[in-house]
Amino acid sequence: MGNNNWPDHQAQRVVVNGSHLACRLEGFHVCGGGEGIKVWIRAAGHMEPIRAQLGKTLSVLLGIWCQPAFKHEDETETIHSNELYERQKNGVSNGTLYKKTFIEHFEQAPMYVAVFTFVGFAVGTIFGYLRDFMRAWGLEKRNIAAEREQQKDFVPLYQDFENFYTRNLYLRIRDNWNRPICSVPGPQFDLMERVTDDYNWTFRFTGRTIKNVINMGSYNYLGFAETDVNALKTVTIELEKYGTGVCSTRQEMGTLDKHVELEKLVATFLGVEDAMVFGMGFATNSMNIPALVGKVFLQRADEGYGIITSNMEGSIVRLPEIVSLKNKYKAYLYLDEAHSIGAVGATGRGVVEYFGMSPDDVDVLMGTFTKSFGAAGGYIAGKKGLVDFLRTHSHSAVYATSMCPPVAEQIIRAMKCLMGLDGTTQGLQRVRQLEKNTRYFRRKLHEMGFIIYGNDDSPVVPLLLYMPGKIGAFARRMLEKNIGVVVVGFPATPITESRARFCVSAAHTREMLDTVLNALDELGDFLHLKYSRYSKSSHPELYEESRLELED
Amino acid sequence: MDVRSTPSYLYWLFCQFELITCSYLMEPWEKVLFYSFNLAMLGLLLYTTYVCVAFHASSAFQLLCSFLGAPRENALSVVK
Repeated sequence: MGNNNWPDHQAQRVVVNGSHLACRLEGFHVCGGGEGIKVWIRAAGHMEPIRAQLGKTLSVLLGIWCQPAFKHEDETETIHSNELYERQKNGVSNGTLYKKTFIEHFEQAPMYVAVFTFVGFAVGTIFGYLRDFMRAWGLEKRNIAAEREQQKDFVPLYQDFENFYTRNLYLRIRDNWNRPICSVPGPQFDLMERVTDDYNWTFRFTGRTIKNVINMGSYNYLGFAETDVNALKTVTIELEKYGTGVCSTRQEMGTLDKHVELEKLVATFLGVEDAMVFGMGFATNSMNIPALVGKVFLQRADEGYGIITSNMEGSIVRLPEIVSLKNKYKAYLYLDEAHSIGAVGATGRGVVEYFGMSPDDVDVLMGTFTKSFGAAGGYIAGKKGLVDFLRTHSHSAVYATSMCPPVAEQIIRAMKCLMGLDGTTQGLQRVRQLEKNTRYFRRKLHEMGFIIYGNDDSPVVPLLLYMPGKIGAFARRMLEKNIGVVVVGFPATPITESRARFCVSAAHTREMLDTVLNALDELGDFLHLKYSRYSKSSHPELYEESRLELED
Repeated sequence: MDVRSTPSYLYWLFCQFELITCSYLMEPWEKVLFYSFNLAMLGLLLYTTYVCVAFHASSAFQLLCSFLGAPRENALSVVK
């Protein structure tokens, strides 16, 4: 077990236990055991064997959660500090798993933040109980769902924690979600103005629209959600030719020539043998995983089920390590690139290209067209045998209506644009613009002192808010400044880590990003959100008159 | 953060209190209830502090004086 055959890995700056640069991941060695897999991580001077359960091994290897279970005193080994320094100084060497540096941040906030978060939840819970008591005893009008009188002796329907939380905490800030929009979700959009008279139980529309709200919440990574007539010319032609409905499933009469064309194009784009497309993104997973997986233990590569590039964390999966694990243990890898296809990688071909790997390393490539392509639907791609199996066995092919032709044409035109087949470099320009915008936005937020999670190359930027009171305040005030953001709290995130999630788009101009950054700066000071303990630079170009105290 | 004037700084602190304790999200009658409870607790705390600290401070001071003066067998008899 305790052999020292370390693979020659580049020293990676990673985060262990939430502290940035706390250790350098020198390498890892995995050995199977009876009850689990032991993962040895050589880190900045000493080895810490971490015993992990089978299901959690992969998340340990992602470098995000590393909880040392115990230390072997007799097996510690020190590395000379100058050796580390030299390796870092010389940059990335050849012959390693990673071809470029991989930096992710998961900084922990100071302790008082966690204390205050719990205080907030405690007060909210106490008042929740008070309100429930008042509702039960008739002191307050009941607006909530409740069982009928005749059902009072049955098993209670609405007493579990989730419903309690929904009634008493989520409801108070409900106006920040499900906001109806009335334009294309481009870099700017229009919102319908909505007010509530009874503290978010019911809403009514005033009839006005809030125009040109900067959109920092839509998954419009490459900016293909557009209404430009020239761009949508082919889509209009196909709409007039085919109409909108397909009215059948793939296995009956719903396979159109558009689908065949699209599938060939997707296969060429990804560099695989064959692909199959489905009408709905989420249904691609929910309909096909049951067809592919039998009664076996399904390993989860992340906290999120099957989600590799994490939606809420802004992190990128460590694909080279997962592939080497998969090869060692002869497992199959199902890669869900819902968010990363189009958004990550030098030409937008996803995490496989980002790490410089070949698509043959991954058995099942899955992705959606909802995010980067401005359409709807999903695909599964891989070897021809796999896709042929899916054509006959997928639940979606049997029961779900297939993708409608104008949407298929939108994907075709977006993909051709990305690949350069339309004769312009617009696709590549979009990918480059997204990369530039992402780096700029993240760098500025780090400089301002916010705690941002995730990889430096990920266009999903979670900004940590922590306290439940700040979730509502943040979203409302940003809307007052004409910026639309998505805030997330429990249960989509861990209870103490509520956040605002920004999605940077290639369609955002530098002015829009600067507007958002200015607003965030002001709001960060007012709400006291700048918890990061790393040095902040004073950046005179973003301020006019409001930072006088710096010059004192 | 505005350190230009104390009233606006105090207002900012009050806003922070509201955000942290989620009283920002409460309806007005809940806020009244919450603040009155908090003020009552604070008043009780201050009163207890005043009584206990004053008592212990004066007894400690008298004990100290007794060390400088003549030693006594029973230090507690200092307080009468």
